[in-house]
Amino acid sequence: MQSKPYINPYLAGALLGVVLFGAFALTHSGLGASGAISRIQVAATASIAQSHVDRVGYFASVGGGDRHALDHSSVMMLLGTFAGGLISAWRNRRLKVEVCKGPQISNTTRLALALVGGVLMGFGARFARGCTSGQALSGGAVLSAGSWVFMFAVFGGAYLVAWFVRKLWN
Amino acid sequence: MFPLDIASYGKSINYATFFAIGFGFGTVLELAGFGNARKLAAQFYLKDMTVLKTMFTGILTACLLIFFTSSIGYLDFSKIFVNQTYLWPGLIGGLVMGVGFVIGGYCPGTSVVSAASFKLDGVVFFVGTILGAGVFGETVDKFSGFWNASYTERLLLSDWFGWSLGATVVGVTVLALVFFYGAEKTEQYFRTPDAPFTWKIGNRAYVASAVVALMVAVGIWMNGQPTPEQKWQHIGAQYQPLLDKRDVFVHPLEYVKTWNDSAVKLVTLDLRSKAEFDAFHLDSAQRVTFAQLADKDFVFELDQLPPQGVVVLVTNDEAEAVRAWQRLKVQGVTNLYILEHGLRDWQPLFSHVASLHFDLSKPPAKVLEQFPKDAFTTKIKLKTSRRAAGLCS
Repeated sequence: MQSKPYINPYLAGALLGVVLFGAFALTHSGLGASGAISRIQVAATASIAQSHVDRVGYFASVGGGDRHALDHSSVMMLLGTFAGGLISAWRNRRLKVEVCKGPQISNTTRLALALVGGVLMGFGARFARGCTSGQALSGGAVLSAGSWVFMFAVFGGAYLVAWFVRKLWN
Repeated sequence: MFPLDIASYGKSINYATFFAIGFGFGTVLELAGFGNARKLAAQFYLKDMTVLKTMFTGILTACLLIFFTSSIGYLDFSKIFVNQTYLWPGLIGGLVMGVGFVIGGYCPGTSVVSAASFKLDGVVFFVGTILGAGVFGETVDKFSGFWNASYTERLLLSDWFGWSLGATVVGVTVLALVFFYGAEKTEQYFRTPDAPFTWKIGNRAYVASAVVALMVAVGIWMNGQPTPEQKWQHIGAQYQPLLDKRDVFVHPLEYVKTWNDSAVKLVTLDLRSKAEFDAFHLDSAQRVTFAQLADKDFVFELDQLPPQGVVVLVTNDEAEAVRAWQRLKVQGVTNLYILEHGLRDWQPLFSHVASLHFDLSKPPAKVLEQFPKDAFTTKIKLKTSRRAAGLCS
């Protein structure tokens, strides 16, 4: 069966804005993903070597001693994001095992670069204290100066490199 | 009155709320096509500007809703978490993320949605973000100086530009509309390069929505944000018990103890007249007028205080002290207290320990030893998290 088309980008944006406003009105803070990702990483490390988590200050603050890194509202939001994505993809017949890539590269290349991009993203998001959702969207809506600088930096970084990696996508 | 203090409803309701918000977030991202890397990456080849359109519509919609509800008194903006500004780390981190975005095809949130719809590249990307976060944690000690520099606790675009909040909202709206117009024209050019160029936007619904957004923004600007006194009318009830039970009135000895506590950053604001201030004042005090307490720049400085910052108001007129407390409280100043009875009790209180020969304007900690342990009830409780901490931590 044919998957349904995506909705109008402005309509999606307006819905996104309502969800974001709801998040602020109910919880003081906006949306986020990278905080939960960091917590998953600490929890995974702790399951292998708790002593390492206790020793590294940056990890200990979320998962040291008897703290459970995953016991946090940001992790709940991430689970919700996953569930929302899953159900929406299922309802719109987009639930399909595949690799999204440009026509000129192999699946292996695409997956390898997805990993590299992911590592850069994960590192950058910690460096910038937030990702596209937690910094750009949420901070942007409440007019945080740092978030606006961050947002233009993300677009800037991507446009600077886009030409050199155009084969990946076109 | 929003924002709600959802954490106070118990853990399961708190977690369920976050799950529900996440569910909405994931659904919208998926509906917009953000679970597909090709759709996202197309933004950077100018053929499909969905990312820019959806992101800025989201920001604009939430921004208008927040400042509209704040403007009519339904939302206390001082309670809303605003991401701290770390200028240079944010800029560098943003650039790194931009590179990661165009190489990997996702950002952290969108990779979750992609993985949820069984896209293998999304799964791999998501695993990559976990590894990247780990690399950061292992190495942050090597550059923690830079990472913690160029910091401002709560810096809004309006503070930066020296504009009013309303004017900034109008500015953001105009910027977003300019971006949308540019995005439409860019897509038109790259999709059908041969078609003749026109300045017009054909879609009437788009033009109408733009006009509505602009009108709302101008309405927010013209209505202004509530004054501290108006805000007290709306939200004062929740703080009134603190005044009624005298929980914010600090005994002079607790003041001395706090002041000698090196872990606390104490700010003392003396509201008495200049003559009284010149005759005697506490060594740590700065003189302020009641009018200054509504001054944007003055309150901005108080809002930058770290979690262990404590503000104490000093005046001999308790009614004035209470008005000043209310004024600052609704502007988001946390850990705010009043010196009980102002300075009227000060000199008599220390008269029997005068043999210790200390400066009455800055009694040292050893003075406290001359008083019984139960001479005062401790009132100052440091709220370590100023506001909800945001989801990035």
